[in-house]
Amino acid sequence: MHVKFVQPDGAAAALAMESGASVMITAVRNGIRGIDGECGGCLDCATCHVYVEESQYGNIPAPTADELELLGTITGLRRPNSRLSCQIKAPLAIDTLVVHIPESQA
Amino acid sequence: MSGLVVIGASYAGIQAVLSARDAGYCETISVISDETWLPYQRPPLSKEFLLGRQNEAALTLRNSAFFTSRKIDLLLGIRATEIDRDAQRVLLSDRATLTFGKLLIATGSCARRLSAPGADLDGVCYLRSMDDAIELRSRLQEAAEIVIVGGGFIGLEVAASASQLGKRVTLIESGPRLLMRAVSPIVSEFLLAMHRKHGVDVRLGENLVSIEGRNGKVVSVNCGQTCRIGADLVVVGIGGLANSRIAEAAQLLCRDGIVVDDCAQTSDPRIYAAGDCTIHDNVFAEGWLRLESVQHAQDQGKAAGLAIAGRSSPYVSVPRFWSDQYASKLQIAGISAGFDAHAVRGSIEEGKFSLFYYKGGRLVAVDSLDRSGDQMAARKLLAGRLTPSPEQVADPSFDFRSLMGLASETNAS
Repeated sequence: MHVKFVQPDGAAAALAMESGASVMITAVRNGIRGIDGECGGCLDCATCHVYVEESQYGNIPAPTADELELLGTITGLRRPNSRLSCQIKAPLAIDTLVVHIPESQA
Repeated sequence: MSGLVVIGASYAGIQAVLSARDAGYCETISVISDETWLPYQRPPLSKEFLLGRQNEAALTLRNSAFFTSRKIDLLLGIRATEIDRDAQRVLLSDRATLTFGKLLIATGSCARRLSAPGADLDGVCYLRSMDDAIELRSRLQEAAEIVIVGGGFIGLEVAASASQLGKRVTLIESGPRLLMRAVSPIVSEFLLAMHRKHGVDVRLGENLVSIEGRNGKVVSVNCGQTCRIGADLVVVGIGGLANSRIAEAAQLLCRDGIVVDDCAQTSDPRIYAAGDCTIHDNVFAEGWLRLESVQHAQDQGKAAGLAIAGRSSPYVSVPRFWSDQYASKLQIAGISAGFDAHAVRGSIEEGKFSLFYYKGGRLVAVDSLDRSGDQMAARKLLAGRLTPSPEQVADPSFDFRSLMGLASETNAS
């Protein structure tokens, strides 16, 4: 499967996601701007916030209570489709997941 | 002279080149690493990696596409042997040299070695690098009785992993309590109970005297004259030392680490240093500090990268640490050393609590166990120099955002 990162200015990059890898680590490994993921995905930092394409939000596993708590502390604008990208892992029942990077992280 | 040379593909080194490029630095960049792995995530080495839940590939932090897209030369398996400051070049182990306009030293730290008799026996291991972790993972599979020397972060995390693998684990710590340099006695007590509950035989105030071997292999650890613990694997976690030898040899100012200012600059204005290998004057600790953490490496690396790109922005982040042991997560913000009062939020009995530490009436640090919401608030409070009262901390209905002037903003949106 693939994940497509869309920057606030509309620039997009699609990358293959290895099985078991998160959207966050896929971004960090490839140097996608706006996703720092400084804690490595252990729900310690909230620097990998993304907006999942609204039509796909319901098709990926729902956030845990821990993730929701951390989403309550993000610096950027929280929306109903806000997720921490370290918690979204391949494989998903989607061919290409689309995530939007918040303005505040760009 | 032009270009940036970075010694070490560490968290600090990689963050620095990323920040420099993103800030518009357009000269050449070369990163030298004496390891053969692409830059990798280190925290899982003592946890998921030892447990076999993540393999080498899963730990890759930056792949070749990253280096290509940012126009960075990565030289793996090559060691920098000398810095020639007059000629502005770095000598390499393959006899090549690299000329630099700016240099960043991001060499990290190494494990402090045991000096007791028997320390060089087969079966005495350390854990710092991927190669160390690969060796430890395979030895752990074979081993039945494991002795861990040191009750710091590494020792405790390896103890948790080894006991989860069903091994008999004894941990010896020479001090009176666990994680003594990082947390308060209350958290130490909690960790002690947690490890004992999981079957780890924790022995405090116990000094290792020697390690005994047979045919060159470890068979036991001796503590004093009467205490002998059988062991086929000994894991030593007694702290780290800055990899600063190359900087000392180049006569850069060093003191338990390479001395840097708040923009990561060394005593030579062309040379920067960041991460575990440095010592800096930390405003939260009110003194000189050598920190070993991912947060420090990344934030100081970023300060170095921005300064190198000519866009200095001082490093003033709140120090942060975390540790996963069994199913619990310990998070630390600030430096609690020297605190004179504390307040508890949450329930110690339920294992979900935070301790807020005060020094001279001011909040200086917060330790949390499975209370990440408190931890996020704590970072903002510490960064803003805000101090909640002990009553506010103890009151579960008190919202820290009211101190930050954020409550009205949240209501409005």
